[in-house]
Amino acid sequence: MDAHALWVVKGLAGLLGTATLLAALVAWRASTDAGRATAENLMARIKAWWWMAAVFVAIILTGPTAAVWLFALMSFLALREFITLTPTKVDDYFTLCLVFFVVLPLNFLLVSINWYGTWVVLIPAFTFLLIPLTTLSSGKMGGFLARVAKIQWAVMVCIYFVSHVPALLMLRIGEAEPGDWRLVFFLVFVVQMSDILQYVFGKLLGRRKIAPEVSPKKTWEGFIGGVLSASLLGAGIHFLTPFSATQAFGLALVICLMGFFGGLTLSAVKRDLGVKDWGTMLEGHGGMLDRIDSLCFAAPVFFHIVRYYFSDW
Amino acid sequence: MADTLIRSLLVFFVRAVTGARARWVAPPSEGRKVYIANHQSHLDALAVWAALPERLRERARPVAAKDYWDCGPVRKHLALRILKAVLIDRTDVSRSHHPLDGLMEPLMQSDSLIIFPEGTRNSEEGLRPFKSGIFHLAKRMPELEFVPVLLSNMNRVMPKGRHVPLPLICTLSFGPSFRISEGEDKLSFLSRARQAILDLERAVA
Repeated sequence: MDAHALWVVKGLAGLLGTATLLAALVAWRASTDAGRATAENLMARIKAWWWMAAVFVAIILTGPTAAVWLFALMSFLALREFITLTPTKVDDYFTLCLVFFVVLPLNFLLVSINWYGTWVVLIPAFTFLLIPLTTLSSGKMGGFLARVAKIQWAVMVCIYFVSHVPALLMLRIGEAEPGDWRLVFFLVFVVQMSDILQYVFGKLLGRRKIAPEVSPKKTWEGFIGGVLSASLLGAGIHFLTPFSATQAFGLALVICLMGFFGGLTLSAVKRDLGVKDWGTMLEGHGGMLDRIDSLCFAAPVFFHIVRYYFSDW
Repeated sequence: MADTLIRSLLVFFVRAVTGARARWVAPPSEGRKVYIANHQSHLDALAVWAALPERLRERARPVAAKDYWDCGPVRKHLALRILKAVLIDRTDVSRSHHPLDGLMEPLMQSDSLIIFPEGTRNSEEGLRPFKSGIFHLAKRMPELEFVPVLLSNMNRVMPKGRHVPLPLICTLSFGPSFRISEGEDKLSFLSRARQAILDLERAVA
């Protein structure tokens, strides 16, 4: 294991260890029923974080192929949550077969064999053309535009956006070979820390609601505190990346802002569908899509900035 | 031995494909039960069976149509050896060959049954009228407990006429058990059973 990998493993263990101790302290000091419920939820979330961090780091350190297929699995779980809750029709069967059994694996296969040119148009161009075709072939035209649009949206968010995270492994930057795990780590770490720190700042200082119609719990204090502190953390780990400290801060800021926007957007979709969480698979967090909503929106922007300004091709 | 392995693989596979989430509105309890569920796809019997906790699953036998399952060696093996299904002959119903007789035997041995009282797969919303079989079972065995089960999303996973299941998340809600009241007539019992399943739509686990 190289020095950076060791540093990441130790750093995360330290961070989660501290969080676990703090949560134990909160649980110990809780005196009201509401306080105990918050402490319990906090503990469940942290426990899930240990698992997620362990699986994520172990797999990205294993190698680029393993990392690509980890994101393919996450994409699959997110897509099934999205499609389950977006009432698609029984007549959308062939379109959904296309999306689950062809588009999803093909998209990640293209990433894993570094075929940028085809990957980048597979979903926005070709899948966009195929979805109406399979929908037409069902012979049922009721609600045509809504059906086609919902599925295209699901595919963009859950497959295409998610695949921009492992797509970072295609880039060649400076002397680092393609397939370097550190950019993936930088993006995922910053986005997730931003979520966590927004929650922490919101709980501690939150007063003024930022988007009461969409996410009543999000506050200005949480937003500013979380985004700034996570961006500083991003600058702090710039030595893992090809960026200077200032560049890392700027990129982390973009990541955090896009992540915040992604969280709001998918909350609005949930509100539209009349649900609170996308699923139940992650104890304390909800579903897979609840955990990666910010990542979905941050990944494409981060990927293209890095590709345009830093990548050698 | 091979069958035990196939059984656990099947449980894993069905749960993975259907995301099979069991919501227990009333906690599962031991003993002989008749699980009654709405019917949307060929996967339903498997889904209910796989969603049960292992101890209950071991004694739960799906009741299924002979014409579908007794067809080809794979389906037949699956039905008879793996699921230990009780097959009902829908084509030959006569007095000498009463379909209920086949169901009484497993119940006498304290096995549980999984029954779809709508009788056939329903591709519409809501429930079809129930067949009277469960009423006659309850009449013959008044102490028999019925557990309502609501399957949702199974018709999107495998619509009628399709063979490859889509990996969407299905929810199976298990409600509180009930039994026939003394002197209850067919209409009242069947509508109570139907309502017990419909109520699960809104029930909170």
